[in-house]
Amino acid sequence: MKLIFEKSVKGRQGFQNPRSDVDLKAGIPSQYLRKVDCPFPEVSELDVVRHYTALSQKNYSVDTQFYPLGSCTMKYNPKFTETVAAIEGFCNLHPLLPQLKQGEKFVQGALEVLYHMEQLLCEITGMDRFTMQPMAGAHGELTGAMMMAAYHRRKGNRKKYVIVPDSAHGTNPATAATAGYEIVSVQSDQNGVMDINDLKDKITDEAAGLMVTCPNTLGIFNSEADKIAEMVHAVDGVMYCDGANLNAILGRCRPGDIGFDVVHVNLHKTFSTPHGGGGPGAGPVGVKKKLMPFLPISMVDRCDDGTFYLNYDYPDSIGYLAPFYGNFSIILRAYAYIIMAGEEGLREVSNHAVLNANYIRQRLKERFHPAYDRLCMHEAVFSASKQAERGVHAIDIAKYLIDQNMHPPTVYFPLSVKEAIMIEPTETESKETMDRFIEACFQADDLSREHPEAFHGLPKTTPVTRPDEVKAAREIHTNYFQNR
Amino acid sequence: MFPYIPNTDENIKDMLKAIGVPSIDALFEDIKLRHKPRSFNIPEGKSEFEVIEHIKRLASKNVAGLIPFIGGGYYDHYVPSAVMALASRGEFYTAYTPYQPECSQGTLQALFEFQSAICALTEMEVANASLYDGGTALYEAVMMAGRITGRDKVIMDGGVSPIYRKMIRTYTSNLHYEFRETPVVHGQSSREEIEKLLDEKTAAVILQNPNFFGTIDDHADVIEKARHLGALAIESVYPISLGILKTPGAMGADIVTGEGQSLGIPLNFGGPYLGFMATRKKYIRKMPGRIVGETTDRNGQRCFVNTLQAREQHIRREKANSNICTNVALCALQSVIYMSLLGKQGLKGLAQLNLDKAEFARREIEKIEGVEVKRSSPTFNEFTVYLPVDASIVAEAMIHKGFAAGFPLGRYYKGMEQYMIVAVTEKRTKEEILGYVKALKEVLA
Repeated sequence: MKLIFEKSVKGRQGFQNPRSDVDLKAGIPSQYLRKVDCPFPEVSELDVVRHYTALSQKNYSVDTQFYPLGSCTMKYNPKFTETVAAIEGFCNLHPLLPQLKQGEKFVQGALEVLYHMEQLLCEITGMDRFTMQPMAGAHGELTGAMMMAAYHRRKGNRKKYVIVPDSAHGTNPATAATAGYEIVSVQSDQNGVMDINDLKDKITDEAAGLMVTCPNTLGIFNSEADKIAEMVHAVDGVMYCDGANLNAILGRCRPGDIGFDVVHVNLHKTFSTPHGGGGPGAGPVGVKKKLMPFLPISMVDRCDDGTFYLNYDYPDSIGYLAPFYGNFSIILRAYAYIIMAGEEGLREVSNHAVLNANYIRQRLKERFHPAYDRLCMHEAVFSASKQAERGVHAIDIAKYLIDQNMHPPTVYFPLSVKEAIMIEPTETESKETMDRFIEACFQADDLSREHPEAFHGLPKTTPVTRPDEVKAAREIHTNYFQNR
Repeated sequence: MFPYIPNTDENIKDMLKAIGVPSIDALFEDIKLRHKPRSFNIPEGKSEFEVIEHIKRLASKNVAGLIPFIGGGYYDHYVPSAVMALASRGEFYTAYTPYQPECSQGTLQALFEFQSAICALTEMEVANASLYDGGTALYEAVMMAGRITGRDKVIMDGGVSPIYRKMIRTYTSNLHYEFRETPVVHGQSSREEIEKLLDEKTAAVILQNPNFFGTIDDHADVIEKARHLGALAIESVYPISLGILKTPGAMGADIVTGEGQSLGIPLNFGGPYLGFMATRKKYIRKMPGRIVGETTDRNGQRCFVNTLQAREQHIRREKANSNICTNVALCALQSVIYMSLLGKQGLKGLAQLNLDKAEFARREIEKIEGVEVKRSSPTFNEFTVYLPVDASIVAEAMIHKGFAAGFPLGRYYKGMEQYMIVAVTEKRTKEEILGYVKALKEVLA
């Protein structure tokens, strides 16, 4: 399909600017002017509409396909949250208004949303306070790691490294490095949780903290989490919970109660805001009392008269993290989702997410090697090791599933599992959908026995076949204009 | 009952039987009694109708209908209807990062087009597929300059958004960077002060055009001096202004960042917004974030993939260029739709219209006794006004007359308590501008 730039016809326009009513044409000295007009495409509105509609149809999405992408929680995004986000009083609100004198008076509704959302997230996770500023999960991790560093600096602790399990998401070590720490990795044991003995060896007085996903990226809740917290606290380390998998434990346990000091929550996962083809997300971070002084400014606090205000009076704060108050319209959608679900709804979410994952785990394990043969939480991790012996790898199975009109699970993550296939159905999928998926996986397994070579040209039903990634990295063609 | 869970009682029974457990509770055996929540008091659920009514009530607590003359890097531009109509299609909206390129060509091609549009706008060679916002993009540019030069001193022009400067300080507080800030003189970057600080330890000079005071500059000379000493020039830009203003590419900038909110994204009380970054091709491997590249499939057909992933956290872990994972792909999509609708002539016309309306407003405001428009160098659609009294008091009084009159500078610049920046976009009518002037006169009387 052509690029929008390739559809350009000189003189065509897709939009009419408002007419000028000021009867004046201002000039700027020519040294400050651009020499060549910006070569945006010259297309009509209909051209644009057809172009992007056609592009959209080349995507798989939750609205159109089963999307069991492990660790991403691709649940259905209820449409009413879009109605909520488009409410005029919120979507056109300028973020600098509350920074005017007495300005908070004019944005009380928005501040109330932030305040109540903070209370809800504290109650859901068992933390004492939340910052809404982080704009994605990894951004939340960075916030947490910076608060961890501020805490140690304040206490005069000499800390050098952060401990992460080998099953950790890549953002965990990348984040700790960005916050100035070295990384020490801990192995998983035969049950798929952190190897306690290996951990004991690695916890020293120089450990700044432990970053761990709970439940972990193998879909397993570590029953020893509270004991590990005690070990980390014994060296005054900070327990960081990557809350990417919160969808599994709503109402069943709270990170704050089992010893975590910091948690980030991916609103675009657990609280169902749209993933948008890779964001925007939101990654609010909750902390226990000991880390509260270091929260980014501003915080939304409440006056005695019940009104809300932005509080910048946190002298030990790590500072400004976002330009304003976080991805407000994402927070608003998640807030709407939580108040609609209520306590019972949230509990049901986790119950069914875990039920569905275990159903898939149990059914698939007769053909696929489970990474750990035990009950799982919200996602089930397999290894395509048996199929790989026949020359069919996890990526081949993924491509096969694309031809069955399903988005594949996550593959090759976690790195600690060879040929990993990570399946997260979420609570919004029906048994019929999952049965079709299981059937497709079985067919892939059959095919791997009978015609392993048949996988090589897959997928066949998509607008393009397998791209040449080596060529992309070698030629580096990332801009339509570069060869012009 | 929560309506988004399709399992029936019959389904639950069948699945539990297949799994071989007696109840859903049994699936949670790893969560022991001692892990149980100490509390979980969430209000009872509501229906869709009730939730929407509740949130409309909250929205009504915000003051509606203020006529905005406030900018500060975030502007009230018109968003054509087609932008959201297309970007909110479920196929875009409910997909995720394009890990499987064969079934993500829609997102991938749109992001390639976005990168191309950013390159066109800035006259740079390569761009990434977005960062969170203009401030984090600028922080990432500092980190990138550090990686390229191996140096740690950074000079920040005082005309760079004070919000961004605060953000950069937060992010680098655990890293070894030395920051030096230089003043703005007569509205433009102080050549003298920057040159004094520039040396062979300097990783980068950070500039902004138009700057926070709204004035326009041509940084080519500063950039040349930086290059001479092996330092990089980072330029933060306002995309709409590039419809007519000299581009950072033409000035010779090495890394360009910006806030793309003005490109079809509502103000949303602070986010989500759109950070973008562009640079020279030779630095592409040092750039953070996702990059979409063109290639061919097995049939030789053009297609698009996430490329140079060896820079990223999911491959390089602690050695990655950045920890960024999820970015703001949907905002990038909104902006490329917006840029396509505007087109070549539309963008230029829009920039001129902003310039004209701001010029009209400036002339009218200047007529008010005691008010001065500081303008030793040209401005785009925002300018700095000097008031005979504290600007924050004026801004407050103006709200009661129905105007968000501008942003008083005293909050971020000591000694500038009587100054305010005023923004005028294409949406402001002559009548609104004259109404503003009348109100300001009354407030000052």
